[in-house]
Amino acid sequence: MDFGLIIAIEILGSIAILVLISIGLAVVFGMMKVINMAHGEFIMLGGYVTIYGTNVAGLNIWFCILVLAPLVVGLIGILLEWLVVRHLYGRMIDTMLATWGISLAIVGLMTMLVGNTTTGISTPLPSVQVGSFSTSGHSFFLIALAVVIIVGLAALFKLTTFGLMARATTQNADMVAKLGGNPRRIYALTFGLGAALAGLGGAALAPVTGVIPTIGVSYIAKAFITVISGGGTVIAGNIAASTLFGTISQAFTYWYTPIIGEVALLVSAVILIRILPKGITGRFFKKAI
Amino acid sequence: MSSTYKLLILGAVIVATYFVPSIIEVFAVLNFTVYIIMGMLALSLAFVWGMGGIMVLGQSAFFGLGAYAYAIGALNFGAGWEAVAVSIIVPAIFAALLGYFMFYGRISDIYVGVITLAVTLILFNLINSTSGPQYKIGSARIGGYNGITSIPTLDWPNGSMIDINGMFYLSVGLLIAVYLMVKFYLTTKYGKVTIAIRENEHRAELLGYNVSLNKLITFSIGGAIAGLAGCMFANWGAFVSPTLFSLVQSAQIIIWVIVGGRGTLVGPILGCIAIQWMVTQLGTQQTVNVSFVLGILLTIFVLLVPAGLAPLIAGTIRKAFGRVTKKGSALAKEPNS
Amino acid sequence: MNSEVILEAKGLGINFGGVHAIKEVDFKLRKGELRCLIGPNGAGKTTFFRLLSGQHEPTRGEITFLGHKISGMLPYQVARLGIGVKTQVPSLFEGLTVYENLELAANRVSTGKQVERDIEDVLQRIGLQDARNVKTADLSHGQRQWVELGLILASKPALALLDEPAAGMTHAEALKTIEIIKQITVNSSVVVVEHDMDFIKQIGENVTVFDRGEVIAEGTFQEVAANPHVREAYLGRKDVSDAGSH
Repeated sequence: MDFGLIIAIEILGSIAILVLISIGLAVVFGMMKVINMAHGEFIMLGGYVTIYGTNVAGLNIWFCILVLAPLVVGLIGILLEWLVVRHLYGRMIDTMLATWGISLAIVGLMTMLVGNTTTGISTPLPSVQVGSFSTSGHSFFLIALAVVIIVGLAALFKLTTFGLMARATTQNADMVAKLGGNPRRIYALTFGLGAALAGLGGAALAPVTGVIPTIGVSYIAKAFITVISGGGTVIAGNIAASTLFGTISQAFTYWYTPIIGEVALLVSAVILIRILPKGITGRFFKKAI
Repeated sequence: MSSTYKLLILGAVIVATYFVPSIIEVFAVLNFTVYIIMGMLALSLAFVWGMGGIMVLGQSAFFGLGAYAYAIGALNFGAGWEAVAVSIIVPAIFAALLGYFMFYGRISDIYVGVITLAVTLILFNLINSTSGPQYKIGSARIGGYNGITSIPTLDWPNGSMIDINGMFYLSVGLLIAVYLMVKFYLTTKYGKVTIAIRENEHRAELLGYNVSLNKLITFSIGGAIAGLAGCMFANWGAFVSPTLFSLVQSAQIIIWVIVGGRGTLVGPILGCIAIQWMVTQLGTQQTVNVSFVLGILLTIFVLLVPAGLAPLIAGTIRKAFGRVTKKGSALAKEPNS
Repeated sequence: MNSEVILEAKGLGINFGGVHAIKEVDFKLRKGELRCLIGPNGAGKTTFFRLLSGQHEPTRGEITFLGHKISGMLPYQVARLGIGVKTQVPSLFEGLTVYENLELAANRVSTGKQVERDIEDVLQRIGLQDARNVKTADLSHGQRQWVELGLILASKPALALLDEPAAGMTHAEALKTIEIIKQITVNSSVVVVEHDMDFIKQIGENVTVFDRGEVIAEGTFQEVAANPHVREAYLGRKDVSDAGSH
């Protein structure tokens, strides 16, 4: 019984991590049709903001994770959107390549600034005892945060003017412009929101993984697979894909190793696209994207 | 450019290759050999992406597989043609399998890009995790993040050792041979369809061409060429490591092609050599990070020079030649005036 | 007209997200026939073409072509059986020359020297001999439409589906297009979707009228034009449909 509970918590934790590392990417891809290759670096920056905010500036860790990291990384996102991404709208491949350049540049810059070593920070949450087993209290925080993010995003898109405008811009940017909206600003804010979510995810994960300038790489493969398998609908697609792949990868991690879990995630995604190609993209709607 | 010109250029390249080792230092020959080997890797992506229109972000997967396949093959059955064959066949088959799922699943370009990238990243993690003694294929230990060292290297067919100069000649010879084969392939019916698919996949299909199959073949040929480059790389240093699969390696291949010019075969090879040289120069100092420079370079090229340098340079040469001929004709007219 | 039926659609229909884009269409085409499809915008003509050429899979019903059940086949398989398509918006290999475009079509059905002969023949028929080495991206709109018809000529299909071959053309260009279409009919059965009534009158063959995903009339141009259902659905609503969005 306790053992089953532990397994359930671990699977939920695995799903929550997938949501945290991919939801920002999903928002940007779903709303703007932009695959942001620098997403992993936004996650990494979120981790550094938390670590430096806590260890160097002496700020409260929860303030750093929940407020400072998303804020700082979100602003960086808006800046990069203005500098690079906005000049490439409608050119999906070029956008990917340019953001890949940004990704490499950020890794290089951070390596120059902080060096190529892992910096850690510990969670203030105690471990939790379930019967004779114990599990990290931070897992519960991650699960709760993933739920809050999903609910918050759903509310943002459904209930606020920004959400309405953002969804309308996805459908028809010209029409929004004619109605007096500003698609450019909406895109910039959406990109910033995606970056902020990445920063939040990275901040929340920093106590688990530590941070190193190259840590983005270890997230992006999983994040990309989750997002493209999720398909067009941002929130529902992301929950579905995270649940499926989180469960698969956790099961294989449990049976074998985390690496095999990752391989299983990739293989199942590749098989999925063969069986359900239309679940991912219609073949003749390619140009419409 | 006329075919006479092309033959002249090819001849000049061969002559220059012959004399290069006698002009530059041994260390420089070693470096240059790696540039040439990477040039073959650049050629593989120039073919798949530039000619076939298939954006592969993780071409390094096949490069790494080729290198590892050669290493494991050579450790098991000696450094001979079998090991070379394995280094080409393994990545080609892997590409065919992956390509089957992607191209018959009819996913769009960007998904192909993302999936190939994910594949190479996960291969990187996978190989990295195999440091224990239990991970071995035949008598070859995979070695995890330490890689495989002391790989038996190839000899010339007559049994004499391939020395540093020999390796350089072999690399240039193979690069030229593969380049010519790719050029030839593109003149065949299949090759023409490959280009047609890049231009308009939908139309190719409506004309009755099996687009999925042709893409699968293009992708596999690219995998085979990258594999051969990997084989050469393993021979060059007698050493392979998981970094062959790394993100930075994948990014570099993309940068070579972008800087050299998508849609040409020579451009990416030259772009590769130039950028390799730049990276080597950057490696001699500590202040500026290589990854930082490469990243800025990639972003700037995509934003400002999306067609790459090849069309730019070709245009300049054409202009220069145009001016020369005009001048020539003006001179010829002078006596009459 | 007792020649064999080469194309038959029975109870053909397709839904897009619950909308019945094509409800239930029965359609027959005989060998050598030239048929015009007309109907207001959104009547389902282009969707019907896409069903015939394998670009959409039907939700119900089936299509047989030369004795093969083609519904469910992939577009390239349908093309290989002998259906050539001219899409509504010209779809060419933009970066390749006129010659190379035609070569790709001819290569599929001919080999060796015959390919060259086919291409020369087609170049002459579409009147673009002088533009053979021009990239199709650099051609005028009318010329691009002709190259696409040239692709059909060069691939010698048993059936050609032409979606608005004269769209956006000047009167002179449209006349030339009619000539090219007549060339196609020499060896192929043809179905043409067209809006322009003058154009249809000039082709002067059998007409099938689509409206709201159904066939509402079939016959000669005069018969169809006199049909009260057609007048109501198509001609009577013409202004409305023209004003509506595409």
